Amino acid sequence: MEYILSFIVGGVICVIGQIMMDATKLTAPRVLVILVVSGAILQALGIYQPLVDLAGTGARIPLPGFGYNLAKGAIEGVSKGLLGVVTGGLKAAAGGIAVAIGWGYLMALIFDPKSIR
Amino acid sequence: MARKKQTIIFGNKPYIIGSYSLVGKKESDGPMKKWFDECLEDDTYGEKTWEKSESKMLKTAMSEAMRRAGKNKDEIGVVLSGDLLNQLMSSSFTARDLHIPFLGMYGACSTMAESLLLGAVLVDGRYSDDIVIGASSHYCTAERQFRMPLEHGNQRPPSAQWTVTGSGAMLISSKSRDGGFRADDKGSWNRLKHIRVECGTIGKVIDAGIRDANQMGSAMAPAAVDTLLNHLEDTGRDLDYYDVVLTGDLGYIGKDIMKDLLIDAGISKNMLDERYDDCGCMIYDLQQDIHSGGSGCGCSASIFAGYIYKKMTTGELKKVLIMSTGALLSTISPFQGESIPGIAHAVSLVAE
Amino acid sequence: MEKEKAVDKKDISKAYENYAKKFTPKPKYIANSLKAFFVGGTICVVSMWLENRFISSGAEEKDASAYVVMILIIIAQLLTGLGWFDTIAKHAGAGVIVPITGFANSMVAPALEYKKEGVVLGVGGKLFSLAGPVLVCGITASILIGLIYLGLDLISVG
Repeated sequence: MEYILSFIVGGVICVIGQIMMDATKLTAPRVLVILVVSGAILQALGIYQPLVDLAGTGARIPLPGFGYNLAKGAIEGVSKGLLGVVTGGLKAAAGGIAVAIGWGYLMALIFDPKSIR
Repeated sequence: MARKKQTIIFGNKPYIIGSYSLVGKKESDGPMKKWFDECLEDDTYGEKTWEKSESKMLKTAMSEAMRRAGKNKDEIGVVLSGDLLNQLMSSSFTARDLHIPFLGMYGACSTMAESLLLGAVLVDGRYSDDIVIGASSHYCTAERQFRMPLEHGNQRPPSAQWTVTGSGAMLISSKSRDGGFRADDKGSWNRLKHIRVECGTIGKVIDAGIRDANQMGSAMAPAAVDTLLNHLEDTGRDLDYYDVVLTGDLGYIGKDIMKDLLIDAGISKNMLDERYDDCGCMIYDLQQDIHSGGSGCGCSASIFAGYIYKKMTTGELKKVLIMSTGALLSTISPFQGESIPGIAHAVSLVAE
Repeated sequence: MEKEKAVDKKDISKAYENYAKKFTPKPKYIANSLKAFFVGGTICVVSMWLENRFISSGAEEKDASAYVVMILIIIAQLLTGLGWFDTIAKHAGAGVIVPITGFANSMVAPALEYKKEGVVLGVGGKLFSLAGPVLVCGITASILIGLIYLGLDLISVG
């Protein structure tokens, strides 16, 4: 059951992104920014957490989940005061960001851009 | 040289005596393959960077155009050329290697007609006897400058156009040159025609207010219509005076808009269907996943220097109006919310 | 007078835009959405399966989800380097752009492109040309949200 929910929720979030790209003139990077920020805001309003509880990866793997992760970290940091608030978001997402930077840099060094196919 | 409003008439008869076109892999898979002088198997052209590849393509086109015209580079008065890159990188670097006096042209995708027009003015005014003109574009250099990196996973909207990897060059001379003979399909020998630049119309910048950088065709179509109508009015001709009227890179959408606007202006649909076409629609096959057709300086440059030049030398086409169209956006103007200004220049060629 | 002209120009461009729209083929909304739905859904299901494998082999739930994110990023960036990602994305669209894979791709793609401009300013700088806005906006949003929560916390305590 959890697999089916994950599939449906993840798929629906992707469809929202697809419609944003097709129907409006938003470019892909803008869509990514909007999705991440909306995930963070929805989490702040307490709407995203139930979705994550329901669908698991279906809500965490798409980009709003990245925003959710950042916001969740910052909110959890409140108990540790100002420093916790500032570092909480980054701490929660640190693994993904660090891998994306380190591995991405390596990939860019190893491979060459391809021409059109 | 006489002038009528926007149109310059060349009384001293400048001739195009040499021409060369060179295209990349994707273009050589298209329907125009047989008209190009050289088709690359590899878009890098053996160079390390895409910019160098583009520069080398332009250089080859120019050197070959000179060779075919039987001219040495010392005899050339000036090179007029342009491309799409910032600060005309490809053209300037080509000129650095060629060591010929150089004037950089920028008219976005309209550069080929712009250079041809100005080259003809210089030759017609007797300021120089032999001039090389050229233009080039490369998918890999233009795409990353104006749109997205190549490997970025974005979907192209149906209105997007594909930047042509190609270059074209022509040699304009004050004297015509005997091109010799060539056998036609039936085996009889025909004397090759001389191609004369007869007149040209300098276009106005027209901005219809399109903001989407993936809507180039519709941004440029009004400028092309304006230039064409002014040309016809200045010269007192009808569209059927020409065997073919060719726009540069309006693509499928722009071509339809152009036709619709011209029909509104009173030109008959049959005449348009028969005589009007667009290089952006000709260069690729629809199956090649190019969405709305080709674009870029190389699109009109390679078709004019290949297809049109060859068809005119054999006499298949006698009077041709070529119009390169350009979208004068910069890499930052779309981010500042500016709309895309369009421009088109027309040059009339006669085979005699 | 000047203002009138400006309004006029806006109307014209609006009218022309609508006119141009008549000639523009519509994107295939339904086909694109279906593809995005199935590909995106599949990625989420596969990551859930992976996460469960990690958990059953003894990882904590939080760590497991971090591992899964890392694996997705590594795969997406490898595919970008090999030049396959853009081909997949051409068909799957948002199905691979909206999951974390799209973020990973948007880092490597410009970096690869600007490799010839050097390994420091070319690769190093361009790594963030598309992903930078995502990180900046996301992290700023998280800090603001945290500050608001902190403020609310202080008020309720006070």
